[in-house]
Amino acid sequence: MSNVQIMTGNQAAAIGAKLSSVQVIAAYPITPQSQLAEILSQYIEGGELKAEYVRVEGEHSALTVCISASTVGARVFTATSANGLLYMHEQLHWAAGSRLPIVMCCVNRGVGAPWTIFNDQQDSISQRDTGWIQIYCRNNQEILDTVIQAYRIAEEVYAPVMVCYDGFVLSHTMMPVAIPDPELVKDFLPPYQAHTILSPEDPRTLNAVLFPWRRANSEGVLCDGYMEMRYKLQAALERSPAVIEETSRRFAEVFGRDHGGLSWGYRMEDAELVMTGMGSIASEAMQAADMLRDEGIKAGVVGIRVFRPFPAKTLKEAFRGAKGIVIFEKGISYGYEGALCSDLKAAFYGSENQAPAHNYIAGLGGRDVKARELADAARASWMEMQTGIVEKPTTWLNCYTG
Amino acid sequence: MPENLFKINAKEYILPGTRACQGCGLSLAYRYALKALRENTIVTLPACCLCVLHGIYPSTPVMIPALNNSFASTAASASGLVAGLQAMNRTDITVMAIAGDGGTFDMGIQALSGAAERGTDFIYVCYDNEGYMNTGTQRSSATPMGALTTTTPIATKQQHKKDFLKIMEAHDIAYLATASPSYPIDLYDKFVKAKKIKGTRYIHLYIPCPPGWAYSPKDTVKMGRLAVETGIAPLFEIENGKFRFTGRSKSMAERGNRLPVINYLEKQGRFKKMNIEQLQQVQHWVDGKWQEYQRRSQE
Amino acid sequence: MTTKKDDSISAMCTVAIGEAGKTGDWRSLRPVINHAKCIPSVKKKSACFLCWLYCPEGVVKATVPVEIDLDYCKGCGVCAEECPAKAITMVREGEDHE
Ligand SMILES: Cc1ncc(C[n+]2csc(CCOP(=O)(O)OP(=O)(O)O)c2C)c(N)n1
Ligand code: SF4
Ligand code: SF4
Ligand code: SF4
Ligand SMILES: [Mg+2]
Repeated sequence: MSNVQIMTGNQAAAIGAKLSSVQVIAAYPITPQSQLAEILSQYIEGGELKAEYVRVEGEHSALTVCISASTVGARVFTATSANGLLYMHEQLHWAAGSRLPIVMCCVNRGVGAPWTIFNDQQDSISQRDTGWIQIYCRNNQEILDTVIQAYRIAEEVYAPVMVCYDGFVLSHTMMPVAIPDPELVKDFLPPYQAHTILSPEDPRTLNAVLFPWRRANSEGVLCDGYMEMRYKLQAALERSPAVIEETSRRFAEVFGRDHGGLSWGYRMEDAELVMTGMGSIASEAMQAADMLRDEGIKAGVVGIRVFRPFPAKTLKEAFRGAKGIVIFEKGISYGYEGALCSDLKAAFYGSENQAPAHNYIAGLGGRDVKARELADAARASWMEMQTGIVEKPTTWLNCYTG
Repeated sequence: MPENLFKINAKEYILPGTRACQGCGLSLAYRYALKALRENTIVTLPACCLCVLHGIYPSTPVMIPALNNSFASTAASASGLVAGLQAMNRTDITVMAIAGDGGTFDMGIQALSGAAERGTDFIYVCYDNEGYMNTGTQRSSATPMGALTTTTPIATKQQHKKDFLKIMEAHDIAYLATASPSYPIDLYDKFVKAKKIKGTRYIHLYIPCPPGWAYSPKDTVKMGRLAVETGIAPLFEIENGKFRFTGRSKSMAERGNRLPVINYLEKQGRFKKMNIEQLQQVQHWVDGKWQEYQRRSQE
Repeated sequence: MTTKKDDSISAMCTVAIGEAGKTGDWRSLRPVINHAKCIPSVKKKSACFLCWLYCPEGVVKATVPVEIDLDYCKGCGVCAEECPAKAITMVREGEDHE
């Protein structure tokens, strides 16, 4: 029954959007996302997908189109990469602040200047604080499945979801992918129900100015000030881990595939040295774990699937047995360390887990990073940790720092 | 009641008690724009004075559904509404994007050009009060030469106003018109007409603004009238490339009784530092535009 | 398409009169109509109504006689300027006219 095809990550994402019966698409081409925008155009012009495609003049407009179409009740989709995502920055906040369940693929790429078209995750990491849920995928099957899941999550908590996957490494690499049965997808993902809708039948104004204080409406009911409204977005994201896990569980029931809800583990049963990361670098780390295991080091991997909301509680549990933690990141918070490293260490603050954590910045702008190199780095850290080196400056892997 | 007043939709769509200034030309123009478009309309707007008029949460005085979006995004926001309504099979609804001169001439130009090039089925309205009024009367590319603004506070603006109508016309859109709240019936008629046309429609509103232009609120209608009578704000429409003067501008073109620009400029505090060369340049600039329009109206 | 009604999670404003309060309070000058001069009152029928046409606030009622909603009239004076019969006088608030 299962329909397996060999396809790229971009194709998988496009199929995910099609199966989710998106109604409005707006996208602007940028490498490595372009192919996704092209495939969706093909679906629509070829009559395979009944949706409006707005061929906008830039990414700021792409997301704006999605925002506005969503306010009249349409299910919307967009995708971008790197500078395109940065160009959307203002509207990322606008989408989340309007509480619109927009789903966007971010095909991760390094940002300029200087230019690179190749992969890292600086683009989406630097949009961390925009109120979007961020999910990182590790293979093409997960991309397809996550796009479908993303709508269910977004429409449950009314927050936008960014489905992130690595440019070229996944976007342009062929992998076998099982295509879910469209009928089952329809059951799994019922039609979009807006929380409020703009329509002449009930004329109201959305996204007005808010005062710092609360204010009564015409019936004398005290309504939110700016801060309460913002708190509700935070509350929605705080509520979302349970929704993400439930969605993942339900997806596994229906389609027989479980990509993990907030995170996943590999050879974690008795792992002492735990490697972690997001997206393809985490799946690369699985091979590294195998190599280290062959050497007799009890290595495992925790793949972090959801970066926002940060699943601190789940991760505390996942890293419980760790005696050393190695964090691989394709991005950096300049002037400090990898953002994931900071967040992870903060999650352990005050907990029993005080395992040393070493941070490696790897693969920026497509710099090659092989499983062997991850294993070497993790082993080196493991040795240092044995000799009591708990704190270590962030290491730039495979980088001639001189 | 004059016959032509009877045809105006009697319903008001803006409840009184708004935040707009006394004598706001925008309030007056918006009043007639909404009367013409009626209930089956969705409006989208950026940060600007109109956003303030639309009210502070949880209330709005405006009885037409509206979506506030970011400053640069107005026309893209309209594209989203149009696409969304199409997807929801609500093709009976008119989408109006409305932004100030700052949100149109400056930041919004990219999104507007894109939407117009795509032939998006919507009405775009630029209400032009010739400056960034909401943020405190700074210069915009719509500010005329010789005007004092808070960012041209001593030397006045050195450049002419951008000819935005030419830019919009170059997009070969379905309908283009100018209007003034001092001629509400002409304004109303143009919105009624625009509503019936398919494709991208652009309406430019010349909006007198008492605090921004430094004149007394009671003179708003007069100021708008002088803008038209001096040829600074000609009233016209362009359909299928055909230029046509309307209303007061039409009779002016026929009778040749255009007033000198000084009659208009001297009544506004913002021009008090204008020098004689600038005055001549503005007159020359207006003459040139007017002659071009006149030539086209005779084609 | 249906809605899961939750109005309060985004800034969705409902329609209300006096969003900025009773804007009549902004006034320093109040428009007073002299019905002995006002065209509709004189002719005892619908006529003129230019004050209605030009009022930026939409607070003039096109009735015979013409009425102004002083709760919300901002006192801009546009109506008095535009009245062809000079039937409207702007009177300082707090002072009686005549
Ligand atoms: C990206 C961005 N930059 C700047 C602003 C600040 N801002 C708000 S309104 C405005 C000027 C509006 O001018 P205009 O469009 O002419 O409308 P008006 O206020 O004159 O009615 C500016 C600069 C903003 N809201 N967003
Ligand atoms: S500043 Fe000018 S345009 Fe803005 S509300 Fe006041 S009068 Fe109207
Ligand atoms: S404009 Fe003057 S004359 Fe005409 S209706 Fe109003 S008050 Fe009466
Ligand atoms: S003073 Fe201004 S607001 Fe009051 S009625 Fe006259 S025009 Fe309207
Ligand atoms: Mg302006």
